[in-house]
Amino acid sequence: MSSLSSVQQLRSSLKLQRRISVAVRLFIAVLLIIFSIFPILWVLSASLNPTGTLATQKLIPDNPGFGNYTELLNSTQFPFWTWFGNSFKIASITAVLSLGITTVAAYAFSRFRFKGRKTMLKGILLIQVFPSLLALVATFLMISQFGDVVPLLGLNTHASLILVYLGGAMGINIWLMKGFLDTIPRDIDESAMVEGANDWQIFTQLILPLLRPILVVIGLISYIGTYGEFVLARVLLKSNENYTLMVGLERFAGAQMSQRWGVFAAGALMGALPIMIIYLILQDQIVGGLTTGAVKG
Amino acid sequence: MASNPSLNVPQKPTSPAAPILPRLVRFGLLVVLDAAAIWFISRLFNLGYYPLAGGLTLILLFVNYVLLRQEAYPLRWMIIGLVLMSMFVIYPILFTVWVAFTNYGEGHLITKEQAIDQILDLKYLPESGRAFSWTAYKSPEGDYALWLMDAEGNSYLALPGEPLTQPQPGEAGIGELDSKGVPATIEGYQRLNAIVAATDKNLTQILFGEEGTTIQVRSPSEAAELLSLYEYDSDRDAMINQQTGVVYSNIRGLFSSPTGELLRPGFIASVQLANFRDFFLSPALRGPLVRIVTWNFAFAILSLLFNFSLGLAIAIMFNDPKFPLKKLIRSLLIIPYTVPALITILIWRGMLNPELGVIDRFLEGLFGWAPPWFTDQFWAKVAILLVNLWLSYPYFMLICSGALQSISEDYYAAAQVDGASPWQQFWNITLPLLLVSVGPLLVASFTFNFNNFNLIYLFNAGGPPIAGTPTPAGHTDILISYVYNLAFSGSRGVNYGFASAITIIIFIIVGAITLFQFRYTNMWEEVSENV
Repeated sequence: MSSLSSVQQLRSSLKLQRRISVAVRLFIAVLLIIFSIFPILWVLSASLNPTGTLATQKLIPDNPGFGNYTELLNSTQFPFWTWFGNSFKIASITAVLSLGITTVAAYAFSRFRFKGRKTMLKGILLIQVFPSLLALVATFLMISQFGDVVPLLGLNTHASLILVYLGGAMGINIWLMKGFLDTIPRDIDESAMVEGANDWQIFTQLILPLLRPILVVIGLISYIGTYGEFVLARVLLKSNENYTLMVGLERFAGAQMSQRWGVFAAGALMGALPIMIIYLILQDQIVGGLTTGAVKG
Repeated sequence: MASNPSLNVPQKPTSPAAPILPRLVRFGLLVVLDAAAIWFISRLFNLGYYPLAGGLTLILLFVNYVLLRQEAYPLRWMIIGLVLMSMFVIYPILFTVWVAFTNYGEGHLITKEQAIDQILDLKYLPESGRAFSWTAYKSPEGDYALWLMDAEGNSYLALPGEPLTQPQPGEAGIGELDSKGVPATIEGYQRLNAIVAATDKNLTQILFGEEGTTIQVRSPSEAAELLSLYEYDSDRDAMINQQTGVVYSNIRGLFSSPTGELLRPGFIASVQLANFRDFFLSPALRGPLVRIVTWNFAFAILSLLFNFSLGLAIAIMFNDPKFPLKKLIRSLLIIPYTVPALITILIWRGMLNPELGVIDRFLEGLFGWAPPWFTDQFWAKVAILLVNLWLSYPYFMLICSGALQSISEDYYAAAQVDGASPWQQFWNITLPLLLVSVGPLLVASFTFNFNNFNLIYLFNAGGPPIAGTPTPAGHTDILISYVYNLAFSGSRGVNYGFASAITIIIFIIVGAITLFQFRYTNMWEEVSENV
């Protein structure tokens, strides 16, 4: 009798302990969430604050309105749509082309056996160790030399920037893609080959449709990376109308952040929104990709 | 690995009987590509960009090999990627290595040939040289002619690139002479009046007469026979001043006289290890560089420590399948990770703004004091670590919670039987097992932060500045942002050579760490098995 009651006591005290522990952890979670989303809320509030300066901002603005947004979208000095369009164009072209380059190359690495194959695969991995940022000076000089011959490939052109981004297409993604291709049984290829299909037909008609899900994820990750890239774009692009959104935001912030904080906040939010949406939709795939070794760049 | 023997030979879709048309098309495209590339390379070569022209030539040869030789068939599938990688990844790395051993930079921006050409263009009036008074004529096509008269009253007709002649009126289209002995007209040319001629900017650039004894307009009243001031002696690799006889020898890309007088412009020249010597030994750079390197390591290590600790703590706290609202909490906590880093760094810059920013106003109201985030070196470093914490902890939270789930519950059950405290369980089970799986990611994160240019540059551009340095440097500068200043800031002159040398040093540090990681974690062997 007495032993039973002590077990019950123990059980209820364990239950209480668990409740307290969950409550404490929830409390910590709330603090962490405040830490995480406060800057975003603060910028949201700034973008709705009609006075528009850094000094006059409160968390809940008086007379909130969309004045900063209209000012942003009508400004000539802060041509949001031009910059956003440039970013969209550059990131889309880069994502699509680099996806093409990666997929075709990964197919060759997965399906053909040739001399130097392993060396090349390892080499691709080794080259990634050197951050491309380090070769910035050389890249800048090379592009300016290109421009002396063909101005369309020189400084301050989107073509040169895209080309430089594409230089990184033969990267870690080849490994990722090759891994997926290796899991597709080769019987499919071989039976098609018996029927007289050539490599290109097998690749485009049989393999590519199977790759669609991974293509979407790799493409979007590459899009996000290019969209957020800043250093190369900053060094290679020179004129206001050619800037990407990231370069434009940085320039704007450098020039008049505290006076026109509200306009900046509106631009920052609108620029961040597409990427945030992509991330939250792809959450699970990206978490899966992270653990295989990608670091946010 | 598949052992099907048929896989070990290159497959041969383009059998000998392959249709002729695609091959013709391919061949045609290759000819067009080659023509365009050769034109491009030759232009680069003419402009003096030898390294780039050479690199592109090698790439072009490789492309031709791959497209023409059957045994290179698999490489055709990746040729575009390989070309782009060679051009924009490998070439810049090799070029950086080359530049690191030169003085490329302010005052040394052109090749030696170009510099010599510019110096040889300098002219002087020798004592024996003849001076003339002149009258200019211009044709409708923009060609010029001069009518020259020397002190003895001899008249000459001077045309660019032709020897002087002494035509009489009536000959060679020369019209009647006026009272001063100058022809009123020359056939095909229009006489310019003195004011128009004196203000014509083209006129002073033109060399009249034949090579060697050229005549140039020097002032509105005088044209003179000029000689090159310098002559290049390739045996001694020196410039010799024809007027004074002084020899200027080539010292590290500048022609210098024995008394230290320099001939501009300088040119790119090898300086062997001087840039590296400066990095390690220059007393003027010692102070800032020691600070920068120390902070660079401290920043990377502390960032890793803080970000990983917070991420891990959160992951452990919520590593409980029955925890309420788990999915929602995770979605909210990864928000910092979803915003492009540039935008969040700029937002933090605004929030930490002294006086005006929300954090400073809040602290000011609470304690009557707020840290000087941008002007004090200690607080600037704290701010950078704080911002980096915000940026990166969601990443560590995600990878740690993934890794935690792969640790078997059995270990903990056994530990509880042995009476281990939660603390002991953490140190002896969780951490060691976690480090095995996330270890490589930690190393990658360290090297990423070691070169985290975006954060430093965008947050405060490396400020506050270190006083009295020969090149701009700040208290929160890391090596890569210091390199950026050297190469692009321009205010005190670019120095690509020195910037590249530091880049090589960063290469070596990062490479050594990565190599160590490969060794330590046997990653290389795993990679080798997977290919």
